Amino acid sequence: MSETIKTDVLIVGAGPIGLFAVFELGLLDMKCHLIDILDRPGGQCAELYPEKPIYDIPGWPTISAQGLVDKLMEQIAPFKPDFTFNRMVSSLQTLEDGSFRVATDEGELFEAKVVVIAAGGGSFQPKRPPIPGIEDYEGKSVFYSVRRMEEFRGHDLVIVGGGDSALDWTLNLQPIAKSVTLVHRRPEFRAAPDSVNKMYALQEMKQLKFLVGQVSGLAGTGGQLSSATIKGGPDGDVEIPCTRMLPFFGLTMKLGPIAEWGLNLHENLIPVDTEKFQTSIPGIFAVGDINWYPGKLKLILSGFHEVALMAQAAKRIISPGERIVFQYTTSSTSLQKKLGVHD
Amino acid sequence: MTKLTYIAHDGTRFDVDAENGSTVMENAIRNAVPGIEAECGGACACATCHVYVDEAWTAEVGEPEAMEEDMLDFAYDVRPNSRLSCQIKVRDALDGLVVRVPERQG
Repeated sequence: MSETIKTDVLIVGAGPIGLFAVFELGLLDMKCHLIDILDRPGGQCAELYPEKPIYDIPGWPTISAQGLVDKLMEQIAPFKPDFTFNRMVSSLQTLEDGSFRVATDEGELFEAKVVVIAAGGGSFQPKRPPIPGIEDYEGKSVFYSVRRMEEFRGHDLVIVGGGDSALDWTLNLQPIAKSVTLVHRRPEFRAAPDSVNKMYALQEMKQLKFLVGQVSGLAGTGGQLSSATIKGGPDGDVEIPCTRMLPFFGLTMKLGPIAEWGLNLHENLIPVDTEKFQTSIPGIFAVGDINWYPGKLKLILSGFHEVALMAQAAKRIISPGERIVFQYTTSSTSLQKKLGVHD
Repeated sequence: MTKLTYIAHDGTRFDVDAENGSTVMENAIRNAVPGIEAECGGACACATCHVYVDEAWTAEVGEPEAMEEDMLDFAYDVRPNSRLSCQIKVRDALDGLVVRVPERQG
């Protein structure tokens, strides 16, 4: 077990609202650590629509989603936030002194007096393909990611999908698998053309099979796959013997383990008050798309407002009794010092 | 106003008046047609506004562009008449358009 990472505020989610929370908390001298399931900051803005323009960020008549993330990263840089990427938070425990211990799915431990949930639509997780009964095979012979390539050695493998993940794993696992069949609903791919060419070359040499169609059914016993049925291809229904399957159907968002933290929930959203944006557990706040209150609008600009108020309440928990002086960044020399604009 | 008809998976019909220039997805959300989720809000980034265009209308509605076709890879039970409703713009020529909502979105 790695050592516990201590911080003032643990922020779950590094989307635009989680990032701006670093700024508002930083102005009040609170140090932040962010955890995100993705491999980089930006959340939906970076993952779903990086090139789409956003038109309702005050002061920016138009800015691309990735452009906004880049600007936020620049804006919060003076506060030197720490990031842990590729991790999902799992459990939360309240300690005797009122602070929280949060664990990730990989076993890292964090301790913080304040936890801010800025998880947007939830945690990005692999989408389950619409194949009846697939649940029975998950984690046993159907996997949504490759953690160790050795687990696929010597197997008859079916890979489903048409993006880079599907093509990359087809090429990487082909040398060690007993056989590889790639299934995609059309002959065009979203993957890098170079990978697609390599795949077709291997098919030419009969080192792998590529089938056009959609997986419609699975057969096997006790979670161990024995065959998959492919429909919609030029040859009608085809049954492929296989012992492992890797479907790559993109990502979806789910609230995930946060649902088990004992917070009150409202249709998978976290109700908060509109003074502090605090959840039903004092010291745990929820901001941005994941929260709910009467009149809530899921707008980035609403999230920015929420973190400013949340930071005031967080400060009272972290530095009880300290007087909070309200200041403007335009005129306060102490805020400007924190931002590094004057030396 | 252009008339659109949505047929939900349970067979319920929704006849709506749509403004030209708006999308078939937006009108579904505005009229609370069940089964259209539009998780990404119309950015062609999620495949949860998937519909089947009535066979009589496929020629007029037209084929999806490459980006939409890519996104359709993530949809449930994709057929030759599958489209993402956020990418179909309402216009006069689509007056009377019928679309069906699939059993589920993704």
